[in-house]
Amino acid sequence: MKLTNLLTSAAVALGLAAGAAMADTTKVGFVYVGPVGDGGWTYEHDQGRKAVEAEFGDKVETVYVENVAEGPDAERVMTQMALEGADLIFTTSFGYMDPTINVAKKFPNVKFEHATGYKRADNVSTYSARFYEGRAVQGTIAGHMTESNIIGYIGSYPIPEVIRGINSAYLHAKKVNPDVQFKIVWAFTWFDPAKEADAAKVLIEQGADVILQHTDSTAPQAAAQAAGNVITFGQASDMSEYAPKPRVSSIIDDWAPYYIARTRAVMDGTWESADTWDGIGAGMVGIGEISDAVPADVKAAALAIKDAQADGSYHAFTGPINKQDGSAWLAEGEVADDGTLAGMNFYVEGIEGDIPQ
Amino acid sequence: MIRLEKRPQPSRAWSMATPLVAVIATMIVGGLLFAALGKPPVEAIRTIFWEPLFGEFSFYYRPQLLVKGAPLVLIAIGLSLGFRAGIWNIGAEGQYIMGAIFGAGAGLAFYPSESFLIFPFMVLAGAFGGWIWAMIPAILKTRFGTNEILVSLMLVYVAEQFLASVSLGLLKNPEGFGFPGSRNLQSWDAAHNAELLTGTGMHWGVVAALIAVIFAYVLLNRHMTGYHIRLTGEAPRAAKFAGVNPTRLVLFCLGTSGALAGLAGLFEVSGPSGQISIDFNVGYGFTAIIVAFLGRLHPVGILLAGGLMALTYIGGDIAQSNLQLPAAAIQVFQGMLLFFLLAFDLLTNFRIAIGKPEVA
Repeated sequence: MKLTNLLTSAAVALGLAAGAAMADTTKVGFVYVGPVGDGGWTYEHDQGRKAVEAEFGDKVETVYVENVAEGPDAERVMTQMALEGADLIFTTSFGYMDPTINVAKKFPNVKFEHATGYKRADNVSTYSARFYEGRAVQGTIAGHMTESNIIGYIGSYPIPEVIRGINSAYLHAKKVNPDVQFKIVWAFTWFDPAKEADAAKVLIEQGADVILQHTDSTAPQAAAQAAGNVITFGQASDMSEYAPKPRVSSIIDDWAPYYIARTRAVMDGTWESADTWDGIGAGMVGIGEISDAVPADVKAAALAIKDAQADGSYHAFTGPINKQDGSAWLAEGEVADDGTLAGMNFYVEGIEGDIPQ
Repeated sequence: MIRLEKRPQPSRAWSMATPLVAVIATMIVGGLLFAALGKPPVEAIRTIFWEPLFGEFSFYYRPQLLVKGAPLVLIAIGLSLGFRAGIWNIGAEGQYIMGAIFGAGAGLAFYPSESFLIFPFMVLAGAFGGWIWAMIPAILKTRFGTNEILVSLMLVYVAEQFLASVSLGLLKNPEGFGFPGSRNLQSWDAAHNAELLTGTGMHWGVVAALIAVIFAYVLLNRHMTGYHIRLTGEAPRAAKFAGVNPTRLVLFCLGTSGALAGLAGLFEVSGPSGQISIDFNVGYGFTAIIVAFLGRLHPVGILLAGGLMALTYIGGDIAQSNLQLPAAAIQVFQGMLLFFLLAFDLLTNFRIAIGKPEVA
């Protein structure tokens, strides 16, 4: 308790002392789990940070620390940013959840935004993207394009976010190609080029001619290119250096509009704790250009799915859908609720294999 | 002509001075590196070394030095015993992970009991977890003559797979909405390794590290086992004649270092970190190897080296945030420290001579 008071009073004192100087500069901190040059997850968050700088110019000062381990190190980095006068701090990895809540308690006047988590407070918001909408587009393309009817999927960790993506891709591949089969390899990493390349090679050897990945490196793209007749999709970032083939499209995380909006809210004093889960419609999930390697009719079908999700006329999880064990989940025309989606821990009917425990 | 000449006796003066010289050289070359990156070098060095100790917010950073340094010292003390005897445990990271898993698991089995026995039981289980993991390379070495460096290192990756597995299965928080990771022990008083005095950073892991330093000092200087360790490292043949049992020594050194690494993992998971998660380990087991050598394998040296290493981590993060130095530059800076230490170590056994070699 003593430390808490000490920290709070220090923050207040700092705020008073520097009040005049800071009145027209909003300081925004970013905590990154990887290096800004990872070409995927952290890279896109840093693009968002740069967009904030570009948008507000002199009125904003951004700072970031990269490669921050989840746990006490993250807590220290956040505390340090808050002590140094940050008004708003984005913590961009699921593992930062408890540290963010801990630090937010000590600095009630600093706003925190935690990506992909579920714990909120008066000064902690959460935000995430509906990547599964992008997976529906990918599944549609994959189902049309596969000739072996085997689609390989590189999973990172068996968490709801990833399982949701697998289910969405499978449902939409199956819709256009009833014979389609998914082979899933768990890499147990978000970013490890060597492991990801191995996973891609294993899948290709098993006959997969489409590879979907939920890991961030371009290694699977390179493996597909080496193998020849295999297509892939960019993950987190466009990965357009592998276009038009193997990379035929991509899911792009676009945090810029959200970061700009939240920074503006802090400036205007209208910031409130909220849970944001945006998709294609709000621009948080971007679909990278579908390359010429995809026939025009397939491209049109994929874009139709994209547009229908963007305008809200179609939901990727619309019944009838059964769970893997055959039990009913969604009735005809029923749409999945966000609560179930957020904690999704089951495969839909037709996917083979078990979710690792 | 400049050449190296072997000293008849290792220089005591250089042996003592090397760490200090290495730190100064790191500051100079690190400063040049920062300058090359277009950052103010003096400001950067000052931020790394001065800010955490005496800066505006040192009231927060000083306790953090203990939090960051304690596991490093605890692990490095254990490693130094083996290193002195030529027994190379490179897998402390794995033992650290297993200590955390065993310790947290032992506690969580009794959730939500508030018995005061839970934390002591977790401590024992944590030490046991690290010890048993270190016993694998120890027994393979003593029974089959395998190389403990390879086996202990490979077991780190096995431990990481275990960690991922329990985070997703056995120890997963049932109230965690399907996300990986255990319950947070910080919010369960019976299992929480809380600060002993609020605001000081002092938790049981720090206490254990200090006790380990004292014990290691006494062991090495006053105890037969310590004598055997030193003798084996310095003169293996003499050790054999003196009746040192190499099997027992391997079991003792690997077992102790494993148990201490396991304790470090337990104190971390029940305290600063709070939960078992897939990315729980952050490399303390590997960094401790640097700390052990930076501290000259001497208990007091390790204590100082652990503090210095913690300082570069905390100061490094501040420099990243305040000066926007890239993380890679900070890592290069830390790597230089070991590099210069090893480089200047040469001067302990050799001297630089200028001129032609004398003809004997």
